[in-house]
Amino acid sequence: MNAQEAADRGFAADELRALHERLVVRAQADGLLDVAYRVVESPVGRLLVAAGESGVLRVAFEVQGHAAALEDLAARVSPRVLEGGARLDAVLRELDEYFAGTRRAFDVAVDLRLARGFRREVVATLPTLRYGATASYAQVAAATGRPAAVRAVGTACALNPVPVLVPCHRVVRSDGSPGRYAGGDAAKRALLALERGHGPLASSAVQA
Amino acid sequence: MTGPFEEVVRVHGGTVLRVCRAVLGGGDADDAWSETFLAALRAWPDLPSDVNAEAWLVTVARRKAIDEVRRRRRHAVPVGEVDAIGGDLLVAVVTGPTDRDLDLWRAVDALPDKQRRVVVLHHLGGLPYGDVAAHLGGTAAAARRAGADGIATLRRTYGATQNLEGTP
Repeated sequence: MNAQEAADRGFAADELRALHERLVVRAQADGLLDVAYRVVESPVGRLLVAAGESGVLRVAFEVQGHAAALEDLAARVSPRVLEGGARLDAVLRELDEYFAGTRRAFDVAVDLRLARGFRREVVATLPTLRYGATASYAQVAAATGRPAAVRAVGTACALNPVPVLVPCHRVVRSDGSPGRYAGGDAAKRALLALERGHGPLASSAVQA
Repeated sequence: MTGPFEEVVRVHGGTVLRVCRAVLGGGDADDAWSETFLAALRAWPDLPSDVNAEAWLVTVARRKAIDEVRRRRRHAVPVGEVDAIGGDLLVAVVTGPTDRDLDLWRAVDALPDKQRRVVVLHHLGGLPYGDVAAHLGGTAAAARRAGADGIATLRRTYGATQNLEGTP
């Protein structure tokens, strides 16, 4: 609820915000919070991070459309979607540490249910790519046992439901150039630079 | 319904609070607001997509608020009489979102915009016409006319006698 909407209804925005916070806590306690999400600032633009009971379901860059990501979660996981909740504290802390250059691997559970079939197989192999290392689309295709499926690997990376956490940015072209990225080519270059030890990402690293 | 529930809270949170406060004051209204949205969150995935979400929520809110008044009266906490609260209940018995009057909420959804807002706030939510006008703009008299037109339409579309005369 933005301030204008609240003012239109004659309530202070903080009254409705406090009620909303209580609702999220109650929903979690009653087992009704199927999807909790938050939108946070990051050096690669505003990120939407959403989690279910069993792990992080979605990380969406602003350029991918946060509203579309929420509609997709509601349709494919559950419409019981609310913003906020302590469930996201751990993943947001880990993301902060990652962008600060002090974390090299993520410990939070991810839930890959938004990736299906071969795409899910590809996404599931990506955490084997070490921090700071890269692999070509062809190498990933070979690793999944389908060396001819180079294009399908590209598609799987583009549709990775949990980018950054599952490092599809470490998959690059055979000539070593970064290639495309769902979060924008600049975001991919910034993440690869961060992992090469070029220091923590400043908030101006990527022009959103 | 298949859309994210967050959007429902964002769009209708203020209206639901207004309805709760028309029946209850302060902290009790906050409790009724919470109960309304928890019940709605529980029922949301099973609610057909062609019902009017605002009409449904306001109906639930009205019932939750009145339940709270009755609960307090049983516990001998002095409160105003339920019958003295403004507005005529359009739906006689709806105890929660699972006890639905789907046809009514569909019919309300088909009303022209102004009529629908007035019917929802006054006839379902129990707000006096003065408060409805303050919320939607325009005069109380114009709100009253739009409400009357809306009810006339509902008599044709929803049924001549179904619960349109208020509580039994």
